Amino acid sequence: MEAKTLFDKIWDGHVVRSIEDGPDVLYIDRHYIHEVTSPQAFNGLKQRGIQVLRPGKTIATADHNIPTKDQHLTIQDESSRNQVEKLSENCKIHGIEYFGLNHSKNGIVHVIGPELGYTQPGMTIVCGDSHTSTHGAFGTIAFGIGTSEVEMVLATQCILQPKPKKMKITISGKLNKGVTSKDIIMYIICEISTAGGTGYFVEYAGSAITSLSMEARMTICNMSIEMGARGGLIAPDEITFDYLRKLPAIPGVKDFDKALSEWKKLKSDDGAVFDKELAFDAAKIKPMITYGTNPGMGMAVDAAIPLSDIAGADASASFLKSLNYMGFKPGIKLLGHPVDYVFIGSCTNGRIEDFRAFAQLIKGRKKADSVTALIVPGSKLVEELMKKEGLISIYEDAGFEVRQPGCSSCLAMNEDKIPVGKYAVSTSNRNFEGRQGPGARTLLASPLTAAAAAVTGKITDPRKLMNN
Amino acid sequence: MPKVKFEILESTCVPLPLENVDTDQIIPARFLSATSREGFGDNLFRDWRYLKSGEKNSDFVLNNARFSGKVLVTGKNFGSGSSREHAVWAIYDYGFRAVVSSFFADIFKNNSLNNGLLPIVIPEGLLNKLHNLIQGDPSVKVRINLEEQLFTILPTEDSVRFEINAYKKECLLKGLDDIDFLLSMKDQINDYETNKIMVK
Repeated sequence: MEAKTLFDKIWDGHVVRSIEDGPDVLYIDRHYIHEVTSPQAFNGLKQRGIQVLRPGKTIATADHNIPTKDQHLTIQDESSRNQVEKLSENCKIHGIEYFGLNHSKNGIVHVIGPELGYTQPGMTIVCGDSHTSTHGAFGTIAFGIGTSEVEMVLATQCILQPKPKKMKITISGKLNKGVTSKDIIMYIICEISTAGGTGYFVEYAGSAITSLSMEARMTICNMSIEMGARGGLIAPDEITFDYLRKLPAIPGVKDFDKALSEWKKLKSDDGAVFDKELAFDAAKIKPMITYGTNPGMGMAVDAAIPLSDIAGADASASFLKSLNYMGFKPGIKLLGHPVDYVFIGSCTNGRIEDFRAFAQLIKGRKKADSVTALIVPGSKLVEELMKKEGLISIYEDAGFEVRQPGCSSCLAMNEDKIPVGKYAVSTSNRNFEGRQGPGARTLLASPLTAAAAAVTGKITDPRKLMNN
Repeated sequence: MPKVKFEILESTCVPLPLENVDTDQIIPARFLSATSREGFGDNLFRDWRYLKSGEKNSDFVLNNARFSGKVLVTGKNFGSGSSREHAVWAIYDYGFRAVVSSFFADIFKNNSLNNGLLPIVIPEGLLNKLHNLIQGDPSVKVRINLEEQLFTILPTEDSVRFEINAYKKECLLKGLDDIDFLLSMKDQINDYETNKIMVK
């Protein structure tokens, strides 16, 4: 039998029909929806006079535009309130499970899906959000889709999709002190650019990946889209199975051991052929930071901004426009540069481990007076765990206020905006112009680097604040 | 639900020669809280089109009376980032019917095809040539013939074949709808669920 990649095994197992010189009709096991990209899809169903085909396979949450303060009150912004109410109404009409605002399990869609056990190895998963790639950490094919496709999946539980090519990225070796999975993925994106993965679905492998926790793996897969890849996955292993075993429930799985025996088959065969293979050495990775306006414009935190985007040639207009927006010049170092805001949260770094890492660095220190910090757990369950583990008091003792869950300042649809011209070190995923608010200047980094900035008020190498 | 058919398009172009234009620039997140598909064109490229004072930015191409047309000519890696289909709705609502680049982000490409906006990939050299031509003479027209899959710069007669899969091409030419197609496969979907499903 021909050796197959894990991606091929899952994809081929979900093809309802292949269209010649066209897309495949792919069956979807899990569909996550949220308030921003679903209303027009539900309108479409209404116009067609049809119902959601399999409401039990769709899970809804409100996360993108909700406030992170006073969630028990009515949402102040009228259009945001309307969108959240529409979602609630649509879920009621169609019988979809809804983890809405103030639900004890509410949170960011890519945080609650895994923690509530809805994301399971071998599944096909879609959501009207590009960071759906997060769920690939469990050995799934998970990718972001547009609203027309959301309507497609609601109507038929299937999606028309061309099959992407396959790429394997191997990261071997041991990570250095102060280097997190966020730094790994930022390093890869900087190496291959924001378009380096376009057209591909990535499988991450190698000892630096398999040694990571599930939370850390989710951070890696989450940012696959930032290199242009549709998604990224990691073969499930004992760490995955342990994570799943410890969950209070896995919806739809009655016999864990039986499911486990299926999940254990989910790996690429020896000799399986990828369209492209890349390998990186974990030892070369340092804590990373971005200096420009896309995630590929990054470097080691102690490095200098390159003189040009194309080695040996003049800097392009896009490169100079980007540095100009950031208020930086080619060739300068960022260490010591003042920071106005720090944001920890988002579907990239809003899980319990991220808040533990941040706490580790701020413990016994104080927030810099010049810094405004946005500390936003990814979900109610993360918030609860933070309380249980005593993290909230560490944050409060250091002068940080912990907010309520949501996407918050990652895309700044709510009030959590960074003001014009201000510098924000953010653990989120995109440093695009205006992403965190009109004129905001975003520097992407890991929770450790964000914490170092929060307590010093400037860009700081987190390794300098770590013992041993 | 039938859709608008894509006819042969001849038009002048609006040039935006920037690389890595992400969907946050096309339509910033703060305009995504609408619940209908209409009206996004007013906020297309909002933060480039308007100054902080709210006045129009006269340096931005959409505010430059020299340029108009139904074809947006961009730079490499157009439409990266967020999956928001609102980006395509905004471009279409503004009046564009095709976007030309040397490289598109995957989700943007799918979203475009699902909304009758044709994403056309041409070689980088030709793209640069087209940008130079338009800058020199904004009346330069291009012709897009979907049936023949041909993109032509009219005054110079530079012509290049562009790729599109046969299924999507037929949908666009005939105004066919994906969901109607999938709904017609009900029995096959049921059959898959009964026999093949891995995860219930």
